[in-house]
Amino acid sequence: MSTPEPGGALLSVSGLRKHFPVRRGLIRHTVGAVKAVDGLDFAVTTGETMALVGESGCGKTTTGRLLTRLLEPTAGSIVFDGHDITHLSQSRMRPLRRDIQMIFQDPYSSLNPRHTVGTIVGAPYRLQKVRTEHGVKRAVQELLELVGLNPEHYNRYPHEFSGGQRQRIGIARTLALRPKLIVADEPVSALDVSIQAQVINLLADLQDELELTYVVIAHDLSVVRHIADRVAVMYLGTLVELADRDSLYAAPRHPYTVALMSAVPIPEPSRRLQRDRIRLTGDVPSPLNPPPACRFHTRCWKAQPVCRQTEPPLVELTPGHQVACHFPEDVPPATPAG
Amino acid sequence: MTGTEDMAGTARDRPEDFLTVRDLRVHFPTDDGLVRAVDGVSFRLQRGRTLGIVGESGSGKSVASLAVMGLHSGGPARISGEIWLDGEELVGASAERVRRLRGAKMAMIFQDPLSAMHPFYTVGAQIIEAYRIHNDVRRSVARAHAIDLLARVGIPEPASRVDDYPHQFSGGMRQRAMIAMALSCDPELLIADEPTTALDVTVQAQILDLIRELQAEFHSAVIIITHDLGVVAELADDVLVMYAGKPVEYGSATDLFDLPQHPYTWGLLGSMPRLDRDRSERLLPIPGTPPSLITVPPGCAFHPRCGHTDAVGTACREKVPELTEVAPEHRIACHLGAAQRERIWRTEIAPKL
Repeated sequence: MSTPEPGGALLSVSGLRKHFPVRRGLIRHTVGAVKAVDGLDFAVTTGETMALVGESGCGKTTTGRLLTRLLEPTAGSIVFDGHDITHLSQSRMRPLRRDIQMIFQDPYSSLNPRHTVGTIVGAPYRLQKVRTEHGVKRAVQELLELVGLNPEHYNRYPHEFSGGQRQRIGIARTLALRPKLIVADEPVSALDVSIQAQVINLLADLQDELELTYVVIAHDLSVVRHIADRVAVMYLGTLVELADRDSLYAAPRHPYTVALMSAVPIPEPSRRLQRDRIRLTGDVPSPLNPPPACRFHTRCWKAQPVCRQTEPPLVELTPGHQVACHFPEDVPPATPAG
Repeated sequence: MTGTEDMAGTARDRPEDFLTVRDLRVHFPTDDGLVRAVDGVSFRLQRGRTLGIVGESGSGKSVASLAVMGLHSGGPARISGEIWLDGEELVGASAERVRRLRGAKMAMIFQDPLSAMHPFYTVGAQIIEAYRIHNDVRRSVARAHAIDLLARVGIPEPASRVDDYPHQFSGGMRQRAMIAMALSCDPELLIADEPTTALDVTVQAQILDLIRELQAEFHSAVIIITHDLGVVAELADDVLVMYAGKPVEYGSATDLFDLPQHPYTWGLLGSMPRLDRDRSERLLPIPGTPPSLITVPPGCAFHPRCGHTDAVGTACREKVPELTEVAPEHRIACHLGAAQRERIWRTEIAPKL
C-alpha cells in the first residue's frame, strides 16, 4: 500500500452526493429524495484534523458515513490513499477498513453490553485476521493503557464504566489496527464538561503519537476551534465555508458562519448585554425540498434577488479560505487576510 | 451544618424571597445502598430573578428541582428539609395540595420535549388540558388561550399548528410548545431543566432569548438547570454549583465567573474551550470521574479529583467542608484558607483561563 508523503491529500472528495429516496404508496414508487449531502468537494491532508460543523440535519453525519463507506454515495467520488473507494463492494472494501476507522457519538449504544472490554477491543484483530506479536490479550492491554484505562479491566463489561471511560474503550477499539484516517462523529458531545476536556486532550495526544488524520464531525464551535486545523461549515448538504481554523474564527466570511458563532453563549455575565447577537429566525428548511439557489437565503439578512436565482459557487477568496456566498462578509482591516 | 443554617437563617429574614429551599435532602434507598442524590442544598429566589444550578451528570441538580415540583411523591425517595413557596411549605404538604400548585404556581420545562409530550395527543390538546385543570373555562376559551400562547412563544401560524401532533414539530418548535404549556397558567416559578441541551446553537439562542423575554413580561422566578456554563452566564443572576449532591459554591453570576473560589468551579471553567479567549494548546481537564453517589468519598467529595489537597492536609479526606460565606453573598464549601485560595487563583488558575 502506498504511503503518501506528509502534506499530501490522504482523502479527497469531489461532487459527493447522497440522496435518500422517499417512497410512497403500495408499489413504493419514488416521490422525492432527501438531499442529505448535495455536492461536497474537499480534501484532507495527512496528519491534519479537519472538522465538519453544522446544525442537525445539515448532512454532516451522512458525510461521515459516506467517507467510511457505511453508505453508498449517489454521485461523486471518494479517493482514499490513492484508491477510488466510491463504489467498492463490501468485500473489496474490507481490507481498506483497517485504514479508515470511526469513533461514534454515543458511548452507550456503540459498545455491545454482552461483550467484555477485551472482546470489544480485540474484535478488529479477529475480523481482520491480524496476527499480534504477543497475542491478542497483550495487544488489547497495551491499547487500554494507551487510552488511559487500567489494563486489568480487560474482563469487565461496558456497564461497569462511566461515559468517559466507555468513550475511551471505543477509541481503543478504533486504534487497534493503527488506522491512517479516523472519522469521529461527535466524539465528545455526550460527555460531561470535565470529561470532554480529557477526551479532547487524549485525541490530540494520540494524533501526535500515532500520526493520525482526523475528520471530526461536531456541532460545538468552541470544541471545534480547539481541535481542528481546518473547518468546513455545512448547511443543508452543501459546504458554505471551508477555511483554516485561525482564519475562520478570526474572520468568518459566510453570513451563516457569522450567525453560528454569534449564537455561541459566552461564559461572561458582565458582557451579556453588550453582545451584538445575530438572531437567525426559524428553523433549517427541510432537505426534502431545499430552497433554490443559495440554500441559506430564507434565513439570511443579506439576501438579495440574486441569492434566490443563482447558486453561489464555493470560491477561494483568500488563500485557503473558500466561501460560497454572493455577498461575503468583509475581512476586518485589523486582521491580515489569509 | 452551621453554614447552611446560617444561610437559611438569613433567608428567613427576607420576606421578599418567593422560593426558599432549606437543607433539602433527597435520598433513595436501593439494593446497593443509600443513594444521597441531594444532600443538604439550600437556596432562595425572588420574583423576577434567575438562579442557575450547574453540575455534571449525577450531581443532583435535576433531582433537587423535581423535589421542588413535588414530583418524587409516590416513589421511593426520602425527602427532608424545607421548601417554602410563597409562604407555603411543600415538603410536608399533601400530594393533592402540591398538585394544585404544580402548573398553576410552578411549572417545569423538560430537557427532551419529544419524550415529555404525549405523542398521541395534539400539542393544543395538551396545553388545553393543563389550562382547564386549573381554570374553570369552556373548551373554546382554553383553545383560544392555547393559540395565544403558541403565538407568544413564536410558533408560526398558531391557529393551524395547534392541531398538530408533537412529531410534526421540529425540535426547536417542540421546545417552544413545551414552554407555552408551562406558561399556560402564568406560573410564578418556572424551572427549566436543561432546556436547550438537545437544540442547535442558533435555536438555543432563540429559546434563551424567549425565556428572558417571558421572564421580564411575567416577572416570574426562574431556575435554570444546566451543565453548560455559557448558558448560565447568559441567563442567571445567581449560580449554585453542585457536586455529588452537595452545593460547593453559591454566589452571584458575576462573582462566580470573575472570581470563582472553589477548585471544582475552577476545574469546570478550565475544562471548557472558549470562543471569547485566545485558543489554548491544551484544555485543563479535571482528572478522574465524578463519584458514585452510593460510595461518596469521605470528607470533601471532590478531594480525589482536587489538585490542591496538599495545601490543606488531612482535613479534605476526613471532614466534610461546610458552605461558608467567603465574601458578601458568596459561599463556598472548601477547606482551603482564604489566603491560599487567593494565591492559587491569582498565580495558577486565572492566567490559564
